[in-house]
Amino acid sequence: MSNNADKQQQLLDRADVRVKHEAGIGGAISAFLDRVRSGDLGALPVVVGLVVIWTVFATLNPIFLSSTNLVNLLFDSSTVGVIALGVVLMLMVGEIDLSIGSVSGFASALLGVLWVNHGWPVPLAILGALAVGGLIGYIYAQLYNRFGMPSFVATLAGLLAVLGMQLYILGGTGSINLPYGSPLVDFGQLLTMPQPVAYGLAALPGIAMLVTGYRTAARRREAGLSSKSLGGVLFFAVVVTLGLELAVAYLNTSRGVPWMFALFVLLVVGMNYALTRTQWGRSMTAVGGNREAARRAGINVKAIYTSAFVFCAMFAALGGMLAAARLASASQQAGTGDVNLNAIAAAVIGGTSLFGGRGSAYSALLGIIVIQSIANGLTLLDLSSSLRYMITGGVLAVAVIVDSLARRSRVMHGRA
Amino acid sequence: MTDPSSNTAATGELLLSLRGICKNFGAVSALTDIDLDVHAGEVVALVGDNGAGKSTLVKILSGVHRPTSGTIQVRGQEVSLPNPSASLAIGIATVFQDLALCENLDVVANIFLGKELNPLQLDEVGMEIRSWKLLNELSARIPSVREAVASLSGGQRQTVAIARSLLLDPRIILLDEPTAALGVAQTAEVLNLIERVRDRGLGVVMISHNMEDVRAVADRIVVLRLGKNNGVFYPDASNAELVGAITGASDNSVSRRAGRRAEANLSGDTQP
Repeated sequence: MSNNADKQQQLLDRADVRVKHEAGIGGAISAFLDRVRSGDLGALPVVVGLVVIWTVFATLNPIFLSSTNLVNLLFDSSTVGVIALGVVLMLMVGEIDLSIGSVSGFASALLGVLWVNHGWPVPLAILGALAVGGLIGYIYAQLYNRFGMPSFVATLAGLLAVLGMQLYILGGTGSINLPYGSPLVDFGQLLTMPQPVAYGLAALPGIAMLVTGYRTAARRREAGLSSKSLGGVLFFAVVVTLGLELAVAYLNTSRGVPWMFALFVLLVVGMNYALTRTQWGRSMTAVGGNREAARRAGINVKAIYTSAFVFCAMFAALGGMLAAARLASASQQAGTGDVNLNAIAAAVIGGTSLFGGRGSAYSALLGIIVIQSIANGLTLLDLSSSLRYMITGGVLAVAVIVDSLARRSRVMHGRA
Repeated sequence: MTDPSSNTAATGELLLSLRGICKNFGAVSALTDIDLDVHAGEVVALVGDNGAGKSTLVKILSGVHRPTSGTIQVRGQEVSLPNPSASLAIGIATVFQDLALCENLDVVANIFLGKELNPLQLDEVGMEIRSWKLLNELSARIPSVREAVASLSGGQRQTVAIARSLLLDPRIILLDEPTAALGVAQTAEVLNLIERVRDRGLGVVMISHNMEDVRAVADRIVVLRLGKNNGVFYPDASNAELVGAITGASDNSVSRRAGRRAEANLSGDTQP
């Protein structure tokens, strides 16, 4: 026992007696409560919000929680969710793109024109629309970097200009129907995972948590650093796996998990890796936190902004094409209305700060499920879109207030 | 007073050589015709009143500002320093007065910012170990390197900033007021560290208002006044000489105050 205590003392990062170190599951929980109290809320508000929203809608209309409806909800979430993922990138560097709706609509129109009207192969049409999206983002980045144009003005100008281009290429007909039965439309409307595949994929996150948790702990022990208890890692991995498998089992009672949603989750996981585990992601966070400090550390700040603008516009283009596949049409209405604000609201509600430097790819996933739950629930209640707009606006306002208050509390508690 | 470019105290290779550096901010000339030499294994202290141009000079050397005119030579080669990464690449590391840390990142991320290990799959364990070693070398009192910098005190942030400048094994280190926010023990540690760095053959440029610190470690003391060279001194120079050069007159507020205090002491002695 005393030998153990000696070892504890030698650990490189446990030398300072002033720091409280929590151990085990209980420690992890009390550290979490501590963080929340000081304003580091993470995903807590959105999870609480989701529980409230689902409870309300489920009591008003039991169909809301039916497996069929939830599968629909996932189909709908994926399109705007991909757009919200781009918004997360912009908010990370403390900027915003207001033209994501227009870019998504333009990309869907471009897909329709190239594929249906000009007979391009689908993959080529998709790549073409993605490239055009990236080009639009690049132009914003140049306006921002070279002329110091505030991003919200540059992209507001882009909102109109790109909408104009969308109307122009759609021409007199105003809408193009994508052929039913084509793989792309099937992907957007029908295709779900075979049940065994869904169960298998749902087990992956837990396994990944276990493997990386175990490896990191081993490396840290070897290097003389403190390591998380393996019991805690195992506990969380089991909880996550159980939760996901139950969700999949429930969805499998009707159509199962949409492949489109799987694509969205794949993008989220990839983006999360890029943001947290690569130099690029670290630079994004640094630029959003303190632009001048990042520049003095030798980071190419302009390139970081350019990457944010380009990826955001490309995600918007991809989301627009998924939406076109979902509706089997590219029309003048695509990308207008509430697409813009839904995507931005999703990122903010999910916990990405409007003030830059704080955020996570998962906020797009959580946020869009909240937004789509509201839209879906209100549609089930047969309420008009006027009411839907008002309620979504109210939820966005609450999310921003929570963000602002949490930020103030973090400053007071000496957290960033 | 000696010529600012003289190198009587230095023995090592000429690392850095500035000639005729000018910097204008609009109508204000912050620096006029500044000459400065730094040799390997030498600590050059840059002193001067507020607004004398010390920080501007450091910012030019670190690539934050560009000089309006003048040449910078590093090891005999003329270089231009258009941005901070050029300056870092050439071996000039800077600890800024406004510390230039990202408050939303933790200590490890700040130390390794811009030069992370393994860019495509960050080596967090390796970076954490290296951070602890650097901080322990500085006898730093950082409770945890996984806390965001926002939760650290001014002195702790200073130590983090210094640790960061040492990471890349630079040839020249610029320290803008390195001890201003530090406690007694940390100040001594930073001064020890400056000496250790000098003994390893690096050139050190240090800005300080604290004459005691300057005299303790500097090999040469370069005085700036109103953006111009105003003499080079050696640590054996008297305080009056230094203050005279800094303020530009032998009759200045510091000497008048010293005189008043001496008088008051005298009259205090005579009264019962």
